[in-house]
Amino acid sequence: MSDEIVPILMPKWGLSMKQGTLSSWLVEEGSEISPGDEIMDVETDKIANAVEASDGGLLRRRVGMAGETYPVRALLGVLAPASVPDSEIDAYVASFKAPVAEETDDEETAPLFLDLPVGRIRYAERPGDGIPVLLVHGFGGDLDNWLFNIDSLAEAGPVVALDLPGHGQSVKSVAAPSLTTMTDAVIGLMDSLGVARAHLVGHSMGGLVAGRTGIDRPDRVASLTLIAAAGLGEEINGAYLDGFVSAASRRDLKPALVHLFADQALVNRSMVEDVLKYKRLDGVGAFLEALRDALFPGDRQAMHIADDLAAIGCPCHVIWGAEDAIIPASHAGALEGATVIDGAGHMVQMERATEVNRLILSWTHG
Amino acid sequence: MARTLSMMAAINEALDQEMSRDPTVVVLGEDIVGGTGSPGEDDAWGGAMGVTKGLIHKHPGQLIDTPLSESAYIGAAIGAATCGLRPVAELMFVDFMGVCLDQIFNQAAKFRYMFGGKAETPVVIRTTCGAGFRAAAQHSQMLTPVFTHIPGLKVVCPSNAYDTKGLLIQSIRDNDPVIFLEHKNLYDHETDVPEESYAIPFGEANIAREGTDVTIVTYGMMVPYSLEASETLKGEGIDVEVIDLRTLSPIDLDTVFESVEMTGRLVCVDEANPRCSIASDVAAAVAQEAFGSLKGPVAMVTAPHAPVPFSSALEDLYIPSPERIADSVRRTMGAHPS
Repeated sequence: MSDEIVPILMPKWGLSMKQGTLSSWLVEEGSEISPGDEIMDVETDKIANAVEASDGGLLRRRVGMAGETYPVRALLGVLAPASVPDSEIDAYVASFKAPVAEETDDEETAPLFLDLPVGRIRYAERPGDGIPVLLVHGFGGDLDNWLFNIDSLAEAGPVVALDLPGHGQSVKSVAAPSLTTMTDAVIGLMDSLGVARAHLVGHSMGGLVAGRTGIDRPDRVASLTLIAAAGLGEEINGAYLDGFVSAASRRDLKPALVHLFADQALVNRSMVEDVLKYKRLDGVGAFLEALRDALFPGDRQAMHIADDLAAIGCPCHVIWGAEDAIIPASHAGALEGATVIDGAGHMVQMERATEVNRLILSWTHG
Repeated sequence: MARTLSMMAAINEALDQEMSRDPTVVVLGEDIVGGTGSPGEDDAWGGAMGVTKGLIHKHPGQLIDTPLSESAYIGAAIGAATCGLRPVAELMFVDFMGVCLDQIFNQAAKFRYMFGGKAETPVVIRTTCGAGFRAAAQHSQMLTPVFTHIPGLKVVCPSNAYDTKGLLIQSIRDNDPVIFLEHKNLYDHETDVPEESYAIPFGEANIAREGTDVTIVTYGMMVPYSLEASETLKGEGIDVEVIDLRTLSPIDLDTVFESVEMTGRLVCVDEANPRCSIASDVAAAVAQEAFGSLKGPVAMVTAPHAPVPFSSALEDLYIPSPERIADSVRRTMGAHPS
């Protein structure tokens, strides 16, 4: 059978994804596809997103049907040059066996933990050669905020993502959490993993953490990508912060979470439930209150890094969603050459993953 | 989160973590240690179901084997709760609650009220409930409505391991008496359960499945049955929303009303006997508060008004099944009886 045939598979977004629904195809049979092109929309019980092609080629066959649900790694399409006869494509589809190895796969993507001075830190790691990309999530988030980024970025080189102290599955009992708590955790993780320098990519509060790390330790940072970052202006949506911190029920939390996305329909039951599960953990409520009071007292941003960033001379890139309802997109103007993406909200790295991934890779591996 | 636990292991972990966190948390019951003070192996039983196995070695001094006298040790637990401890009493079967009911409904449930709000009774009574165990009429009852009827008691009946851990921790930290009902047939059911401690607030129903055509309101063992029925009905083009009440007192009727206002149809599923049940309570509340939203009569799927049979064939017919639930939903959607 021709080794020129390349399958298009149902992606696996995060540990818990077992299956996905192919909502619609975005490309026709017979069209030429380049890596990174959005080829279909897929919906899971947690989220909906466009799938990027990981390989390029001629789309010979759409195997997956729009509206149908398929397990992870099921065959959805076939790429092959025009020279491969239809009969061979038919045979390929008929004999296709999903790459199983579910066990080893889970091991590769299973959460990892390290004990740092601040306490236990969870992180995820994708191996590779070169300077790693280190992903730092925002206030109340965790490393799953990079669900649509981590594997795409990993195709170009190593990637590390962490749960900051007080977040995700990392330590919750942190006395007087501050920006220093967060930057110490980032440097501590790099030390433990033997990472001398990293491309730091931070979202929202994580952008502030990444930027501050670059200012304090320019020797450890190869470049900075600040996405909808804190630290570049005064304003922040205090009603969102208060709602997020105080909400104890689905009914109270959902009206806060919808501010995160331009497409508010993305906030479904499962996403709200996942955030609630985090917020119910012992220590999270007190931690978030203390961190909010330290970084965003009186619904204003207390930390400002734009001037210091301009002074260190480290390559620094900025991405923002034009419809950001948490930190206004006008803050992107605090640094030069910012990219503002239309139609995206605060979680621009999820809502416009393809574009954000392409931008990051152009800066880190370009 | 990638770790799964059975409901039984989730209970054990909740007790373990709360006893570590707070030395005033004590666990007492019949054979929960397994013969403390008597010759033979220590920690042999861990209670009738083995739920507390292993805890005595981690928390010596915080677990007490009691005599086979529910009226004595449930009373002791309630008394200790008024004096500064946070006891968790294990009672083998809810069916045995009759012999200690005065301590529960006349004493524990009334202290806060009768002492002008000055008395607190932070006691948890854990017990097993439900049919399907071939254990006959005196060991199979679903007495959730009995306790829900009594003001001053909080009543919890979880449907999965994640909720069980969070609700049990909340029960222990709550300052009122809590009746915590564990369905025997759910003990082996596994879900993802965080290793860290967490509390799920009372009075917050879980939408176990989102749907737009019919609302099923249920709890306990009937949640997985209703979800199974919903999967069958999905293939027939009926989109069912399943609400897991989680706590019966307090009860989250707002979530029920919101759902019925969307779907216009309600099926109440309750393993308890039908008269004065959770199902009839929810049906009445919706009739009062959301009648204008209803497109048709409210349906109830319950056990019959009869004791649980010992005959296995009859017991299987007695318990509401996914098939009966699906049939009821179809009729609510306008189908003719099958």
